[in-house]
Amino acid sequence: MTDTQALRTAAWPTEPAASLGITPATVELDAVVKQYGAHRALDGISLQLEPGEFVALLGPSGCGKTTALRALAGLEAVDGGSIRIDGDDVSGLPTNKRDIGMVFQAYSLFPHMTVLENVEFGLRMRKVAAAERRERAQEALDLVGLGERGERFAHQLSGGQQQRVALARALVTRPRVLLLDEPLSALDAKVRVQLREQIRRIQTDLGITTLFVTHDQEEALAVADRVAVMREGRIEQIGTPEELYVTPATPFVADFVGLSNRIPGVLTAGTIAAAGATFALLGDAQPDGPVLAYVRPEDVVLDVAPKGKGLAATVVASSFLGSLRRTTVRLDDGVLVAVQHEVAVQPNPGDAVRIGFRGNPVSAVPAP
Amino acid sequence: MSRASKLAGPVRLGLAPGNVTRWIILGVVAIVFAIPLLSLLEFSLRDGFTGDYTVIHWTGLFDPENARPYRQLFQAIGNSFVLAAVAVGIVLVVLLPTMLLVHMSFPKLRRVLEFICIIPITVPAIVLVVGLAPVYSVVVRIFGSGTWTLAFAYGILVLPYAYRAIQSNLDGVPVVTLSEAARSLGASWPVVVWRVLLPNLRRGVLAAAFITVAVVLGEFTLASLLNRRNLQTAILQVSQSDPWVAAILALLALAFAFVLLLVIGRLGTVGNRSTS
Repeated sequence: MTDTQALRTAAWPTEPAASLGITPATVELDAVVKQYGAHRALDGISLQLEPGEFVALLGPSGCGKTTALRALAGLEAVDGGSIRIDGDDVSGLPTNKRDIGMVFQAYSLFPHMTVLENVEFGLRMRKVAAAERRERAQEALDLVGLGERGERFAHQLSGGQQQRVALARALVTRPRVLLLDEPLSALDAKVRVQLREQIRRIQTDLGITTLFVTHDQEEALAVADRVAVMREGRIEQIGTPEELYVTPATPFVADFVGLSNRIPGVLTAGTIAAAGATFALLGDAQPDGPVLAYVRPEDVVLDVAPKGKGLAATVVASSFLGSLRRTTVRLDDGVLVAVQHEVAVQPNPGDAVRIGFRGNPVSAVPAP
Repeated sequence: MSRASKLAGPVRLGLAPGNVTRWIILGVVAIVFAIPLLSLLEFSLRDGFTGDYTVIHWTGLFDPENARPYRQLFQAIGNSFVLAAVAVGIVLVVLLPTMLLVHMSFPKLRRVLEFICIIPITVPAIVLVVGLAPVYSVVVRIFGSGTWTLAFAYGILVLPYAYRAIQSNLDGVPVVTLSEAARSLGASWPVVVWRVLLPNLRRGVLAAAFITVAVVLGEFTLASLLNRRNLQTAILQVSQSDPWVAAILALLALAFAFVLLLVIGRLGTVGNRSTS
């Protein structure tokens, strides 16, 4: 084993995490409203987290997901609705009385303290005796695989290590809820994946109720028990990652979660006829008429034979994505369609191909 | 020399002076500053009658037998230190919390605060006195006419320097994130300020305090025109009867200010460790 490999193994523990004595709580946001002047950042959102559940708030920038998390943390005062933790209304409580643990997007370790002192800080605020403080801080650092780095300062750690210390610091006080405000967004791709897996493992081991804010749909789908997709201060849909992906309730969710083709068609009595195929409409009923159907690239089948069944198309571009390949084709009527297929099939731009549809139900919006 | 080694190291712009030029500039500036100081020192070591070198003026200043003639002088030095302490207090109790509040809760007011803090540097001292004179008629009624009340005016006078010192430190510290992190860990606001923010703003706060001390110890105009006695007015007064002592005190005051500036510079170096 090389030194680098040894270091990586030491830095990313694989043993089950200790319990830290955390008691999971329920969290309820009920019709929470937050107004910034004329702008409604939170438009009456309601969300319930079961004890030990890991819920991700997902949405584009400015959709209100961070505001919702900050409202739960007490860092933003709400203008309406209620926030309850284990049934206690905490809406009027200041942040330091809410018994939460929080990891921030920006590195937030106190620069003048060592790693150990940082982790001890919350315990010091709770007047925990020095010996117990030291023991619990060390336990929390071991949990995130940084037990040997206690005497270092923040600037002597990498970004990923700093966020792991921040996680240990947030967990050491045995909070009722763990709040993660895009904690991975400042990290590079590989560390991000490693850390998100570690966060999920620790969360599962500790059983702590967790709310995780991210704009990265892959991240949300990978770690959360349930994902709430937000848009303009409202929750568009909440469900398991599979539910969101397979049965998106709205076109926005279909568009935001995963990749979708927008194919023009006509809706008649809940069935969409588009590109020579028919699709059942997902979600609420809509008036008949022209629509744009949201079809996933993996629901499109590519046939590289220029003649045969399916719609004639011309390859525009094809990208190798590791375990799969994504090819964009242009139909005869000019509509562009992305197709996901196995890497062994390697079409070239300009090739004449044919496409078909698996016929899974799709979301749709009225055509402009 | 390889191309890589040529590219390594700091890039010099065409307009940057070379090493020789830098040393020449530094030398000229040093001479400009050193000549009057050395002249002052040389003057303080001269016997007024014979012109010979002597340390009699230096020893005389600290001779207990001369305590009486120099009583007012030492009183004025004491006044200046009290003024410096009160002015530092004003900076720490009024300016620092205001800046923290604006930085964290009212960032839109930052430009307004900056403008207000810079005003004193744009107003000539004499104009400041004209404005402050009627204010001091009220101050005297409330607090009496003690010399320490001059510190209120000094609190205004040092605003530009203290503001800049603190603001440059504030800009380099993620104050909002650190305070929110501390709050989420159960810290009250006083604890956040005392245990989290101040240790990280130590460099700026100390620099502001030392600059305040340096400005107050060197201030003459306000004290003179508002009829208060401080180090500088006392030096002027004593210079009319004992110019050697005036020279010695001027030298000591400058040396003290120089030491303060060195300490500020040292703070800047030490502060780099935690903010890097």
